[in-house]
Amino acid sequence: MTRETIFSAILLLALLALPFAAQAIGNPFYVTLATRMAILALAAVGLNIALGLGGLVSFGHAAFFGIGGYAAGIIASHAMNGEPVLGMMLPGSMPVAWLLAAAAAGLVALTTGAISLRTSGVYFIMITLAFAQMVYYFAISWPAYGGEDGLSIALRNSFPGANTARPLDLFLICYGVLVVALLAFWRISVSRFGAALQAARQNEIRVAAVGIEPFPIRLAAFVVSAMITAVAGALFAELTRYVSPSMLAWPMSGELIVLVILGGVGRLAGPVAGAMAFVMLEYWLGGLTERWQFFLGLILLGVVLFARGGILGLVAGKARHG
Amino acid sequence: MAEPVLDIRNLSKSFGALKATDNVSLDLRPGEIHALIGPNGAGKTTLIHQISGAIRPDAGSISFLGRDMLPLGMAARARLGLGRTFQISSLIPEFSALRNVMLAVQAQQGSSMGALANVMADASLTGPAHEALAQVGLQERSGVAAAELSHGERRQLEIAIALALGAKAFLLDEPMAGMDPEGAKRLTGFLAKLREEAPILLIEHDMDAVFALADRISVLVYGQVIATGTVAEIRSNPQVREAYLGDDA
Repeated sequence: MTRETIFSAILLLALLALPFAAQAIGNPFYVTLATRMAILALAAVGLNIALGLGGLVSFGHAAFFGIGGYAAGIIASHAMNGEPVLGMMLPGSMPVAWLLAAAAAGLVALTTGAISLRTSGVYFIMITLAFAQMVYYFAISWPAYGGEDGLSIALRNSFPGANTARPLDLFLICYGVLVVALLAFWRISVSRFGAALQAARQNEIRVAAVGIEPFPIRLAAFVVSAMITAVAGALFAELTRYVSPSMLAWPMSGELIVLVILGGVGRLAGPVAGAMAFVMLEYWLGGLTERWQFFLGLILLGVVLFARGGILGLVAGKARHG
Repeated sequence: MAEPVLDIRNLSKSFGALKATDNVSLDLRPGEIHALIGPNGAGKTTLIHQISGAIRPDAGSISFLGRDMLPLGMAARARLGLGRTFQISSLIPEFSALRNVMLAVQAQQGSSMGALANVMADASLTGPAHEALAQVGLQERSGVAAAELSHGERRQLEIAIALALGAKAFLLDEPMAGMDPEGAKRLTGFLAKLREEAPILLIEHDMDAVFALADRISVLVYGQVIATGTVAEIRSNPQVREAYLGDDA
């Protein structure tokens, strides 16, 4: 086993142990903190497919995160009021919300990606930002689901065999989805699709010269990436029991990029390391000073200047590519 | 005479006032090495770019195995069997030599959308890739990242990739560029064998290699083909001597 594998396993076990330890010492707040870590890690795993494997610096993933949040919120509120969604009576169930989240975000990613991916570099960053802001302004001007006030979730959606009102149950659901997403990321990264995607990041001309079109590969990656981030958004809304339009706004896109860079771009467990570090910093630094983001900025500067591989790069060394 | 594999007719391409390709016609026949020579800036690489699909000509036609290539992009032409190498090595830097070749094998097999199976455990990818590396003598270096290979090894890897594509014609853009004489000699021997796989359109500055390998030579000057012929014909052509070879050739 490589150092990276061992460190990644330790990270995941630590995240799993955290809420149980919190309950044992009678501080349930840490369960929420751990759930937040798992959800942000999940969102960043999604972004890591586009950004890490594909080199697609999407500055618009907040849109997918927010779309996921609204999907969960809409399913919950309609189920509560007994109203149909898209003409169907849907149960207030998490898997249904995830499906809706992934489908909606996938569709948006397919259309916006088909346009954005014709550009590259700074233009790609700007166009993904522009699309995300369009979704944001659409949400705050849509009164049916709260407009600028957002949408409260009075009762969380259900999950078979769990009581989603219990913090520990909710954590285990989020953790489970995170593990599934990590497995998916790993399979993708070692597959033919992943090989073409990573190759296109490094040398687009070479990929075309062997006969592989980079465009459909990137579009597929962008869509899968958006779908995973949307499921994270749905879970985030369940956790906070509130869908805020700020989930869709550009600072959220920036935060997701920060998570990936902090943890290690393109590394399997990078988003987990990034999300754990981010939430801990947010909590502890936030407890010390209101200006905690200033110090987060300094840390990020340090990572970008001195530790390009992020936390995983520091601990496990340079990435290997077979 | 056999049908040409690659047939280029009246190709023209201008960049502003510069005629980089000026009414060029040439063909590549089965089993031959057709060398394209000419001074720097004659438009050799521009011509290769048009054949491979990297740039679009202003006028003229390119047909490959009887198919019109102009509507097709670079990737589609590569899938049909046009295997090119680059004047400046163009590889996937973080991938090992083996994975660079595996990418070509994967492309040749068709779909790159498979997201379940691990490529390193797929013998239908690793097998042909190892074979192509062995053919160019790189088998010992298969695990080394392309970025860490020596200049000469990167040139060899370029050819291994073209081999793995199952190319029906090779476009080799200065494969010997920057190689030491020893390496150039080995590569010359290798190209002589490569011709049995598929015909080669060879751009090369190394005249020893060109004269040793080529069945026919075309000379490109200021975007125009000023002569096409056998090695002996080209050597004795006064126009060519004046334009390019110099009196000492």
